[in-house]
Amino acid sequence: MKTLKGKIRNTFTGIPLLGWLIGALMAVVLEHFFGDVLSDILGLPKIPVLFGFVIMLKKPLLIPGALGYVLLTYLIPVGVIAKVSAPVANRLAEKFFDLSLTLTVLLHLMFIYAILHLWSDVSAYRVLTLKLTLIAIMVTLSLNVVNGYMGEFSCSHPGFMALGAYAASTVTVVLFVNDKLFGPALLTPVLGPFMFPIALIIGGCVAALGALAIAVPSFRTRGDYLAIISLAFMFIVKSMIENLEVVGGPRGLSNQPDVANLPTVFMWTVACIWIINNFVRSTLGKALNAVRDDEMAANSMTVDTRRTKIIAFLFAAFWAGVAGGLFAHVLRYVNPGTFGLQKLAEVLAMVYFGGLNSVYGSIVGAVSLSLLGEALRPLEIFKWIFIPLLLILVMIFRPTGLIAFKEFNVKNLLKPKKRN
Amino acid sequence: MSHDFGGLRAVNNYDLEIEGGQIRGLIGPNGAGKTTIFNLITGIYKPTEGEIILGGKRITGLQPHRVASMGLGRTFQNLQLWRHMTVHEHVKMARYSKITYGLIGAFFGTPKRNREEEEIDKKAYALLEMMGIHHLADQIVINLPYGDQRRVEMARALAMDPKILLLDEPTAGMNPEELIQMMAIIRQVHKELGLAIFLIEHRLKVVMELCEIIQTLDFGRVIAEGTPEEIQNNPKVIDAYLGREALD
Repeated sequence: MKTLKGKIRNTFTGIPLLGWLIGALMAVVLEHFFGDVLSDILGLPKIPVLFGFVIMLKKPLLIPGALGYVLLTYLIPVGVIAKVSAPVANRLAEKFFDLSLTLTVLLHLMFIYAILHLWSDVSAYRVLTLKLTLIAIMVTLSLNVVNGYMGEFSCSHPGFMALGAYAASTVTVVLFVNDKLFGPALLTPVLGPFMFPIALIIGGCVAALGALAIAVPSFRTRGDYLAIISLAFMFIVKSMIENLEVVGGPRGLSNQPDVANLPTVFMWTVACIWIINNFVRSTLGKALNAVRDDEMAANSMTVDTRRTKIIAFLFAAFWAGVAGGLFAHVLRYVNPGTFGLQKLAEVLAMVYFGGLNSVYGSIVGAVSLSLLGEALRPLEIFKWIFIPLLLILVMIFRPTGLIAFKEFNVKNLLKPKKRN
Repeated sequence: MSHDFGGLRAVNNYDLEIEGGQIRGLIGPNGAGKTTIFNLITGIYKPTEGEIILGGKRITGLQPHRVASMGLGRTFQNLQLWRHMTVHEHVKMARYSKITYGLIGAFFGTPKRNREEEEIDKKAYALLEMMGIHHLADQIVINLPYGDQRRVEMARALAMDPKILLLDEPTAGMNPEELIQMMAIIRQVHKELGLAIFLIEHRLKVVMELCEIIQTLDFGRVIAEGTPEEIQNNPKVIDAYLGREALD
C-alpha cells in the first residue's frame, strides 16, 4: 500500500501547475467533443453535469457508468497528459518565469479561464454553478479578512452582500432597463457592460458605509460584542429592505440587465483574490495579525490598531458588497430573504472549513462547500445532516480549518518543478 | 506624575529625567508600581496628574502607538509576542509607522511598496543579526526557546528606531547563562545605537552592573535614588527591598 502511494506520488512530482492545467484543458476539450458519445456508450442519459455525483445519488444503478465517465474524461486524461506534457510545461513555465512574473500569471489565468469556459459550456447549469462558486470565493475571502486575519467574529456579511446587491442593481436597473418600478431607462442599454464595474464599485462602497456604522461603535470593545452588533446589523438591513417599497420590498428586485457573464465574474474574482492577497501579505495587512494576537503589543509597536481594524472591516465589507452586486446580476433577481441566517451559516462554514488566515483555505472552502452543496442536492434534507457532520469532523481534527495559516505565494505556486 | 487606580494611589509624585545615552534602572519589590510607571510613560494609562515630555514634546495622554512612533520602544515583562507570526514579521511590524506606501500600495503591490518592503526586510535582518537570531528569521515565534523570544522582543523594540528603550524585566525567567548573554546584548545595543535605556529589574546583579543611576520604588513612591553603590548602602532600600536578601 505504502509503496503504491509512494509510486503514485513519485510519478506525479515534477509536474508544474502549468502541466496540470494543460491536462485539464485537454480533458475538457475531450468532453466538449466526445462527452455525448461517451455517455451514450456508458449508458448515461446525458453528460453528468457535476462529476457524476448527482446521477450516482439519484440512480444508484448508473454508478459504474458515472464512475467510468469521470475516470475516462477527467482522471485518466488529466493524469496522462499532465505527465506527458511535464517536460514541455516545465520548459514553458521556466521561459515565462524568466521573462516576467506578470506574464506567467496571465498565462495561467488564461488557461484556467479556458478550462472553466469549456467545462461550463456543456450546460447552463454548470455556468450558473460556476458563477455562484466564484462569487462564494469572493465572499469567503472577504469574511476571512475579518474572522481569520483580524480574529474578530463578524456576522454581518450577508447584510453587506444585500447592500451591495441592492445598490448595484438599483444603479443598473435605473440606468439601463425599462422597469415598472423605476420607469424607462436613462441611458442606452449598450453602455450596460461598461458601466457595470462602476455599479459594482458603488455597491461595494455602500456596503463599506454600512460597515462603518458597525465599526465605529463596536471596535471600542472586543470579541462577543462585535458578533452581536454585526448580527443585529444583518437583521436590520434585511428588514429595512423588506420595508423599502422603492426597491420592491419583500417581493425583491428583478430585471437586472444581463451583464454578469462568466468572463466578468471570473475577472472580478481574480481581482478580489489578487488585491486581498496583496493586502494581507503587506506589513500594513500583517498588522491585522498583530492586532489579533496581541493588541497591546501591536499598539506599543506603533501600530494604529483602531485604524487598522476599521480599514480591514470596511475593506472586507467592500468586497462582500461587490460580490453581492455580482450575485444579483448573475441571478437577475434578488430578494431580501436570500441574505438571512442561512446565507450567514453558509459563508461562515466556508471560512472555517477552508481555513482561517489563508487565501488558499478560503478558495478551497468556498469551492468544496459550493460544489458539495450542489452535488448532494438529490439527498434533499439529508444534505443538511451530511455537510454539518463534515464540518464537525474538520473542527475536531483540524480546529482552524483545512488549510489555515498558509501564505498564498504565487511565485511558489507557478514555478517550474525540477525532478529530484 | 501620579496615578490612581480607583481610590488607590498606585504611583505617587514620580519624577524621572533621562538624558540621551544614559542607562537608568528602576527597582522595587513586587507591586511597587514599576510596570504601572512603564504603562504611564508609554501611554497605555493616562496619568491622573503630571505630564510626560519626550524630546521637548508633551506626550501625556497620547495614544500608545503615537507615543511609540515618537521614539519610545519597549519590551514587556511577560513576553507579548504575536503567536502566529514569524520572527522576521515581528521585527518588520515595528516599522509600521514608517511605512509611506499607504493603502494603495498595500492593495495593488506598487513598485513603491515593493521597494519599501525590501528596505524593511533588510533593516529587520540587520537587527536580527545583531541579536544573533537571524538564522531563526522564518520560524514561528512560539516555537522558539524562551531566551530567543526575549531577543525577538528586543529586536522588535529596536526596529522602531527608538530614542529611548524601556525594558520591563528583560531577564525575567532566564537561567544564568542566558542572563549573561542578555546583559551583553543590552550593553551592545547601548554602545552601538547610543540610545537611552530605562530598565525595570528584579535581579539586583543586572541593575547594579548595567545602570549608572538607580531609583528604588516602594508603594508607588521613590524612596531612594543614586548610583549603584549609594543604593546598595541606603538603609531605606535595605529595609524595603534588600533586607531579606541581606540576611541570607
